[in-house]
Amino acid sequence: MLKIENLHASVEDKSILRGVNLEVKPGEVHAIMGPNGSGKSTLAAVIAGREDYEVTKGSITFEGEDIEELAAEERAHKGVFLSFQYPIEIPGVSVTNFMKTAINETRKAKGLEDMPAKDMLKLIREKSELLEIDRKFLSRSLNEGFSGGEKKRNEIFQMAMLEPKLAILDETDSGLDIDALRIVANGVNKLKSKDNAVVVITHYQRLLDYIIPDFVHVLYNGRIVKSGGKELAHELEEKGYDWIKEEINA
Amino acid sequence: MDLKEKLVSSFLAFENRVDVDAYVHDVRSEAIKVFEEKGFPSKKEEAWKYTSLNAILKEDYSVFPKQENTLDYKDIKPYFIHDIDSYKIIFIDGKYSSHLSQTTHDGLDVCLMSSALNKPKYQLVIKNYFNKIAEKDSLTSLNTAFSNEGAYIHIPKNKIVEKPIQILHFSTGNESATMLQPRNLIVVEENSHVQIIERHQSLTDNPVLTNSVTEIFTNKRAIVDYYKIQNDSKKASLIDNTFIKQRRESIASVHTFSFGGKLTRNNLNFYQEGERIDSTLKGITIIGDKQHVDHNTLVHHIEPNCESHQDYKGIFDDNSTGVFNGKVVVEKEAQKTNAFQANNNILISDKASINTKPQLEIFADDVKCSHGCTIGQLDESAMFYMRSRGIPEKEAKALLMFAFSNNVLESVKIPEIKQRITKIIAKKLGVNIGFDL
Ligand SMILES: Nc1ncnc2c1ncn2[C@@H]1O[C@H](COP(=O)(O)OP(=O)(O)O)[C@@H](O)[C@H]1O
Ligand SMILES: [Mg+2]
Repeated sequence: MLKIENLHASVEDKSILRGVNLEVKPGEVHAIMGPNGSGKSTLAAVIAGREDYEVTKGSITFEGEDIEELAAEERAHKGVFLSFQYPIEIPGVSVTNFMKTAINETRKAKGLEDMPAKDMLKLIREKSELLEIDRKFLSRSLNEGFSGGEKKRNEIFQMAMLEPKLAILDETDSGLDIDALRIVANGVNKLKSKDNAVVVITHYQRLLDYIIPDFVHVLYNGRIVKSGGKELAHELEEKGYDWIKEEINA
Repeated sequence: MDLKEKLVSSFLAFENRVDVDAYVHDVRSEAIKVFEEKGFPSKKEEAWKYTSLNAILKEDYSVFPKQENTLDYKDIKPYFIHDIDSYKIIFIDGKYSSHLSQTTHDGLDVCLMSSALNKPKYQLVIKNYFNKIAEKDSLTSLNTAFSNEGAYIHIPKNKIVEKPIQILHFSTGNESATMLQPRNLIVVEENSHVQIIERHQSLTDNPVLTNSVTEIFTNKRAIVDYYKIQNDSKKASLIDNTFIKQRRESIASVHTFSFGGKLTRNNLNFYQEGERIDSTLKGITIIGDKQHVDHNTLVHHIEPNCESHQDYKGIFDDNSTGVFNGKVVVEKEAQKTNAFQANNNILISDKASINTKPQLEIFADDVKCSHGCTIGQLDESAMFYMRSRGIPEKEAKALLMFAFSNNVLESVKIPEIKQRITKIIAKKLGVNIGFDL
């Protein structure tokens, strides 16, 4: 589904990703861990098509197609979704209208008519129930004045609405209390199928107890320096990252 | 012959063509002298520092209509709010069009300035109100000198006018260049309520220059909501001079929506004479190309316990330029004044510019006055966020801009106007989305 080869990316001439290789197949769950500043969010943003990051080398293919030249919205239309580490506040645009616009623009790109209002309402009701989101919440300005946890839950609500093929969750667990974490993880698991894939970026084992990864990768200094199964996450939780840094520096 | 000379030398011919009432004749004669003396404003004047009329004054305008032109209903339908029942006062090239208009004398007067200026039954109102608050600056004086046609609206006491009144000026472009000088007088007596929509629309690409003057009197506890829709063709320029005098406990609001035209200057002046008056001045400007929009506002707080609310949003693309010059005067007697002013702008292109300048002159000590202006760019991270959800760049931009200006639209009381403005904005931004935020 997603194939990243020797990916180098920089921002303002500062090189951040220095040769990332990653392959994600349908039905898989991958976890990416790594110390702060190692380039996890950059990797996520580059996959989603953020323009201020420049890909200097390597390639990103999604379902066999090189997507490097595609705009963020085109990648979204193909089924790429990024749950932001820091969701953006958009005053004046309600959650509902934002989602309606996103869904209808995606349909338009596929040559489909707008979703009938009735179906839209039904979808919103269904997905907000899944994420246990209060209806009142949906008429508020997007992310404005939301608590950290509300923002993250709202990201997963958006994911549920858009039903992407590839979801990248960038530290979705940070800022969530244990109940919210369970709700969010449950939402993600419900949406999981053999045809879609999830990449979970996290610092903690906690989320991975609920969303169980098939593979765990450690990103350090812009490179994936270690990959393994779900036990690797436990090891990192116990021992931290220093042993990996030592292994690399040795 | 330049435009000033042409106007001055046309004055006698103009007065010969219209019926002359002695009082109005004196006012006009006085005014042409002021204009002759002052001439058109130049950039040397502080109030015109950022707005140059030079380019638009070069055209060879015909200064009063030579012939009667007609238009069909279908030609003008797109330009008024036709999905509501309303009174309509419609002018074509400065001449009243009776077959398109819908006026009344039934319990209120919604009719023509030309008849009000001449018929004896209006004489008292004219003497009491005509040219009483219009300033004596050169452009207003020019309009006064040539004042003859426009809307005359008189709402007697205790009357809630159920239907909005639409004042529409069309120019056909049958002359190669046209100058129009509409003159409106609106008097709203005690406890009455009226909603008015004003629009100037050129139907061709021939140059049009409109120098409009509107005097509005809101007497005790009256409520006036005024909406100006400025979305004219690329060659049309508008200088709008609006003067509003409010008596105690009256509420007046003016919303100005500026999307079109070549050059637009809004001189909007509120004079509060009485206690517990509420004045609202709001605007949305969205322009591009080489368009220019200048808002020059004044709120004069004279007595205690009054409020004013100014909120102007501007979005400037391409080589467009904007000016906001908001003056608030709080006299010594005007204690407990609450004056709020905000001017927020987004520059979409790095070639666009805005000059924004609040001017507060506060002589009272127990007042709450706040003002703030901002100039920013489109939020790039918000753009990426929206695009990552599948909303294309143009639509994402439009949604952000719409959200930015939405609080001004929220205070529009007529839903059909809100819808219309929303549509104009969507069209202006080249998108087809609902914005039902
Ligand atoms: N827009 C940017 N401008 C400059 N530096 C950036 C930018 N984005 C990220 N960086 C830098 O790139 C490095 C990796 O950041 P990030 O991808 O956010 O790491 P992580 O998500 O793993 O904590 C950090 O050193 C960060 O300061
Ligand atoms: Mg990060």
